[in-house]
Amino acid sequence: MEPALRIAGKDLRLRIRDRSFFIIGVLAPLGLAFIFKLILGGTVGEGAFTPSYAVVDLDGGQVGSSLVEVLEQVERSGSITLEAVGSRQEGERLIEEGEFDSLFVVPEGFSAAIQSGRPATLEIVGDIDAPTSTQIASAIAARFGQGVATAQLGVLTALAGRTTSPEDTAAIAGQAATIRSLTTVAPIEAASRQLDTTTYFIAGMAMFFLFFTVQFGVTGLLEERQQGTLPRLLAAPISRGSVVLGKAVTSLALGVISMAVLVVAARFLMGAKWGDPLAVGLLVLAAVLAGTGVMGVVAAVSKTPEQAGNTQSIIAVTLGMLGGSFFPVAQGGGALAALTYLTPHAWFMRGLGDLAGGGGVSRVWLPLVAMLTLAVVTGGIGWALLRRGFAR
Amino acid sequence: MSGELVLEATGLRKRFGDNQAVNGVDISVGPGETFGLLGPNGAGKTTSISMIAGLLAADSGSVMVAGRPINTRSTDAKAAIGLVPQDLAIYPDLSARENLTFFGRLYGMKGPSLAKRIAEVLEVIGLADRANDRTKEFSGGMKRRLNIGIGLLHQPTLLILDEPTVGVDPQSRNAILESVEQLSRAGMAVLYTTHYMEEAERLCDRVAIIDQGVVKAEGTRRQLVELVGEADRIHITATGDLQAARAAAASVSGVLEATVADHSIEVMAGMASSLLPEVLARVAAGGAAITSVAVIEPNLEAVFLHLTGKALRD
Repeated sequence: MEPALRIAGKDLRLRIRDRSFFIIGVLAPLGLAFIFKLILGGTVGEGAFTPSYAVVDLDGGQVGSSLVEVLEQVERSGSITLEAVGSRQEGERLIEEGEFDSLFVVPEGFSAAIQSGRPATLEIVGDIDAPTSTQIASAIAARFGQGVATAQLGVLTALAGRTTSPEDTAAIAGQAATIRSLTTVAPIEAASRQLDTTTYFIAGMAMFFLFFTVQFGVTGLLEERQQGTLPRLLAAPISRGSVVLGKAVTSLALGVISMAVLVVAARFLMGAKWGDPLAVGLLVLAAVLAGTGVMGVVAAVSKTPEQAGNTQSIIAVTLGMLGGSFFPVAQGGGALAALTYLTPHAWFMRGLGDLAGGGGVSRVWLPLVAMLTLAVVTGGIGWALLRRGFAR
Repeated sequence: MSGELVLEATGLRKRFGDNQAVNGVDISVGPGETFGLLGPNGAGKTTSISMIAGLLAADSGSVMVAGRPINTRSTDAKAAIGLVPQDLAIYPDLSARENLTFFGRLYGMKGPSLAKRIAEVLEVIGLADRANDRTKEFSGGMKRRLNIGIGLLHQPTLLILDEPTVGVDPQSRNAILESVEQLSRAGMAVLYTTHYMEEAERLCDRVAIIDQGVVKAEGTRRQLVELVGEADRIHITATGDLQAARAAAASVSGVLEATVADHSIEVMAGMASSLLPEVLARVAAGGAAITSVAVIEPNLEAVFLHLTGKALRD
């Protein structure tokens, strides 16, 4: 072990001396995370983004009132701000002036159309500069429309085979349309599994740049070969495994130092909320091990440091994008969401997300196991290939 | 016998794909002996010493250094070897002292003894005053000297130098050769590969001529010359009756051939130095006035040419 530590010590000294470690490992991720926060801080994360809506009820009927009631309920949850306006023109003017992001327009005759089973249209007027808010408004309207359609279907089903007066039918339909869904998403649980914007992007950037940082170590073996020092290392009275281990230790040390600096700096300079320190430390260590393993395989199959660097960059960017370093890909669902969990990035982010609601190591055992498994598999392959590569 | 040898490599073979790089090489080096491996680029020199130093696994054959077997899995036994690779094996962003310290520690050296040895080596290689400068600021010759210094640091039993003067200016080259001569005089066994005939002649007690992975011949310079039947040449510049003088020279016992060309007489002989007085006396008696004399012994270049049919630098 001592020769490996000697080699790692030498490598660390060289990396710190040429400043590449500070630039790639510390400055770049901190800087990028800060930029991301500035750009996206208003659209992602808890509390940072609150769409402002106006509503005008030109209908005055039962169903229109029901929509207003739903919107007021959402407002009470703190997710939106809502204000009733007297006319469509007033609402549009206020949007033009930037007072509101979008306007819900309940047209005249809306309730009557619903109650008689005819199609009805709920209008959304949106600010062109607030597309996200308008999309959210459209989604709320669509959800309300689905509820109304379900109620209409229920009424038709209930009335099938019965003879009722048109007045009775309208009354039943009106009551049905005002019934709100009994199924709600539990907001407390959702919040507990989400990182705030700052933490999310710092974590994402840290993982993204971790792959560049750890490559310094494992690619060092190719650099030793290129600069002619590998024969001298192999001629020394140390095992070949010590040389490979030395490079792996270099990667681990660089990765852990880089992540630790980022975690601490982000905590105190940017207000990132990481959760239980021990659990975060274990997640960082597991992520660094996984990153070292992946980059070790790339280094092992490359012939030159340049080739390894290029391939590793492609791998780092691909895994970063797939793993959610830039965007919360997993929220897209489907096959893509499943694919993200092939990356240590996704497991790391999930682990931090699990910690966001409190708790310690027991909450992150699955991400830890997943990343360590990835580390063992890729590290084992890389180790075998690198040792065999000495014969080249 | 083998117990006295510092290096005994037997039957080394190595193939890379279709290329049989080394094909049955035997090398032995005794204590205090400087052994040269002379051959052109691609002859198999570096592959041979890579197997001897335990860098490369041999397809077959064995290597014993200081009585212990060497292969790619050897660890402690490698401490007997000091390797100076052909390419510079130093870290440019470390100082000379830091390079020496790093490699010294890999060889188990530490503390005051390491510091003392580093100071000694820096003196030997003439870099004591630049010890703390980063090596990327060094000249090519200084880097070469440090490259050798690292190989010497742990006072190995066998020092292997793989073409240490390639790309070096004449002054640094001479300094390197002097260093090797000093080490040899100090009793260190040296295995020296080169494609420079002059270096092999100057440094080596014995030389193996290698080409296409095969040792063509091995011995002292004189043994190699005799082996291929090359003769010494006495070049006599003279005036007067050169034909009569030629005939007189040819009559000396031991002279193989004598010819006249452009105011000079060329005399071929096995041991020219011992025949020289008599040859000169006969030439003078034959009616020629001698103006200059030169004795030219056949060199390893000629031997190599004879053995392989090509020049060393081909």
